[in-house]
Amino acid sequence: MQGSAAPSLSARDLACRRGDRVLFRGLSFELGPGAAMHVTGANGTGKTTLIRALAGLKTPFIGQVLSSGAIGLLDERTGLDPDQPLGRALQFWQSVDGCGDPAETVTLLVLGPLLDVPVRYLSTGQRKRAGLAALLGRNVPIWLLDEPLSGLDARAMEQVTALISEHVTGGGIALIASHQPLAIEGLTTLAIEDYAPAAERLP
Amino acid sequence: MIGTLLKRDLGKFFPFAGGGAALPVVFFVAVAMLYPFAVGPDPQMLARTGGGVVWIAALLAAILPLEKLVAQDIELGVFDQLKLRGLTEEAIMAVRLLAHWLSFGPPLILAAFPAAALLALDGPTLHLLLLGLLAGTPGLAAIGLMIAALTASLRAGAALSGLLLIPLALPILIFGAGALARQDQASLGFVAATSLLLVAIAPFAAGAAIRAARDI
Repeated sequence: MQGSAAPSLSARDLACRRGDRVLFRGLSFELGPGAAMHVTGANGTGKTTLIRALAGLKTPFIGQVLSSGAIGLLDERTGLDPDQPLGRALQFWQSVDGCGDPAETVTLLVLGPLLDVPVRYLSTGQRKRAGLAALLGRNVPIWLLDEPLSGLDARAMEQVTALISEHVTGGGIALIASHQPLAIEGLTTLAIEDYAPAAERLP
Repeated sequence: MIGTLLKRDLGKFFPFAGGGAALPVVFFVAVAMLYPFAVGPDPQMLARTGGGVVWIAALLAAILPLEKLVAQDIELGVFDQLKLRGLTEEAIMAVRLLAHWLSFGPPLILAAFPAAALLALDGPTLHLLLLGLLAGTPGLAAIGLMIAALTASLRAGAALSGLLLIPLALPILIFGAGALARQDQASLGFVAATSLLLVAIAPFAAGAAIRAARDI
């Protein structure tokens, strides 16, 4: 994909907590170029926390996150200004990234008709697609996706899945937390509940 | 990247620009306008006390923008996305401090002219007032930013930030208004020194506050 060194993302003996509660511990994995991993688990089991720890936005309680290559994050909070029209909001991130024309991404995700609509009027699914457009514009090797399919219609789901597949095939890394099944080739699964501390494990 | 961020922040906070609010400036002039109605139009008394009123108005006007200053962008995930692009929280907050000061310091200094006219302040007093505001508003902006970042994750943050700013801004008020009472520029040096110290520590304190808010 991009950059000379091969991207990698790994966790070593990772434990994270929210408040006083340990969500998972002893979690280790290693992802190389072209790897895709699906993180599954019920609500509140720590999928989002894991993603934030991997992104370096949260300090792990124990353990280490090692990564080489730039990381892109797509979650509930897209960073798009709600008062701005979508086009301007995307443009801000484009100019932060110093990337060129967003037209290709916009067409790809069918955002064209929405460019003049203020971000706060967008629906959940539209906002998600806009966040994905911002991520695609960055052209980074490591993707961390938190519920990328929630709120999307069937067609958009297919499209997003195809985009993830394409990214992985191109040598990128994708880690996806999702409740929906994902049709991506070579996908490995990490059930986060397997790493819950004994007392927290559900019967 | 820094320039782009500053442009966005200014667009968000500068009065009359895009989403920026002119409320602090309007509030500031309104206080100066109301004061003669409340205490009577005696020019001598207005000239004697007016400078202090302008300082109080400036301090209270500094509270108004705090609600939106940091909390909104935490909620939107803007700081998260910037961090992933390699900017440190300290750099983000330094840019925010500059944008915040530019959006309320210079407009307030300009608004001090009509305020001084309404309060019948004489030339030397206006001169000291303008110098004092120039030296003091960066400090007020820095206190405001630190408080906004610290209270961003609290539910009653907005109400609390006003209460927190008042005692912390006292040194600036005492030295700034004191210069007017004694018609003496020397104490403005203290105002400038206080501001300088606050501006120097604000990006670090506010940056640490944002990081801490993520780890809850």
